[in-house]
Amino acid sequence: MSDVTAKQVLFEPIFSNNPIGLQILGICSALAVTTSLNVTIVMCLSVIAVTAFSNLAVSLVRTQIPGSIRIIVQMTIIASLVIVVDQILKAYAYEISKQLSVFVGLIITNCIVMGRAEGFAMKNGPWLSFLDGIGNGLGYSVMLLFVAFFRELLGAGSLFGVTLLPTVNEGGWYIPNGLLLLPPSAFFIIGLAIWGLRVWKPEQVEEPDYKMSRHKTKEAF
Amino acid sequence: MAKAKETVSRTLIVAAVLSVVFSVVVSTAAVMLRPAQIKNQNLDIKTNILAAAGMLQQGASAAEIEEAFGRFDVRLLDLDSGDYVEPSAVGVEDPMKYDMYKAASDPAMSESIPSGEDRAGIKRRPNIAKIYTLSENGELKRVVLPVHGYGLWSTLYGFVSLEGDANTIEGLGFYAHAETPGLGGEVDNPRWKQQWVGKEVYGEQGEPQIRLIKGGVDANAEGREHKVDALSGATLTSRGVENLVNYWMGDRGYAPFLNKLRQGEV
Repeated sequence: MSDVTAKQVLFEPIFSNNPIGLQILGICSALAVTTSLNVTIVMCLSVIAVTAFSNLAVSLVRTQIPGSIRIIVQMTIIASLVIVVDQILKAYAYEISKQLSVFVGLIITNCIVMGRAEGFAMKNGPWLSFLDGIGNGLGYSVMLLFVAFFRELLGAGSLFGVTLLPTVNEGGWYIPNGLLLLPPSAFFIIGLAIWGLRVWKPEQVEEPDYKMSRHKTKEAF
Repeated sequence: MAKAKETVSRTLIVAAVLSVVFSVVVSTAAVMLRPAQIKNQNLDIKTNILAAAGMLQQGASAAEIEEAFGRFDVRLLDLDSGDYVEPSAVGVEDPMKYDMYKAASDPAMSESIPSGEDRAGIKRRPNIAKIYTLSENGELKRVVLPVHGYGLWSTLYGFVSLEGDANTIEGLGFYAHAETPGLGGEVDNPRWKQQWVGKEVYGEQGEPQIRLIKGGVDANAEGREHKVDALSGATLTSRGVENLVNYWMGDRGYAPFLNKLRQGEV
């Protein structure tokens, strides 16, 4: 695998091979933690840390892992790292960890982490794997921040908790869009983001599975 | 190499080593960070007590919270008789160390609630509760009472703060719950909590009368001093809040204590 460079590994997942945009992984947490930017940033940092270090750890021991238990080994590594991250958040960012509640624990089940460990770290050296983890974490973060920006601005009229559009309930003029505070809105925003991404980079558009063929025989009406 | 690592013994060794290494990592993190976490949790509980009492300034620092909380007395209370008890009755020196929710699961320190009376859905109730009182010049100004009960998905834990008349609500807040965000989760909404301020718990017969009204409370409604708007889209959470407040303000909750308080017996 000498054809991948560190730079590619680090930056390709951000737009060219975005884990959410192209691989459509890790959607669940993208719905749950994107109602306010502060919370989203902490979640992104947690995911970057977990993907980077789990990739590193898996890559370091990749030659030793028996194939029959490799998934369990990866899970153990990932789960341990997630617990450590959760403990750190509880100790140093208590307020935000309360808002993230179970979603930090659910990083364990984030498909991106597992996908990179199995798909990349098992076949590549520690340094590249570490960068790949950071790169994919960044790709996840870019998409999450994009979603959170719109959800917080239009749903609550604020950014990073600072009110920009004073809402009617607080005596302002802005009627917030309640839908954007609910999880389904993240689907719409992610859908629009994927559309935009594929207009910009048409090579990401998948081949259609089939094509509608023309009617050749004239049927009697 | 490829063959050697697929043997049974090799698999077991890798699994064992991995388990040991990561249990060390996880337990180290848990043990090292525990003091900081406990500090945060304590601060969080104090913050919630102050918030329920309406004494929390926006963006107050940890030191300010400690200072404001220092004005409260922590008291242990026998729920049945309504009298204060000494901390030694529950085997602790500092009343702050007593955990009434832990006591609720200990058969020796709690009693089971008959299902007909268990409006809050909590099954067991501790015999001794931990409450917070604020006195100025020997006169009781505020009393903050812990309450909990079942909503839709989860048990809500919070505090109700009453004025010195042991009837008028000064504030209410929940510090732990897992209700639906945006619907039942709106129990945390400051504007909704603001409505509770000034409501009266007890009716003329001395029964707790708090009601959460669907569609909002009409400004001229009868008994509006007991009524609060229900949370829209969260019927079961609203019902849970109504039930738990009424349960804890009732005879099996703090009513014996509050009666004595009104009559100046404690």
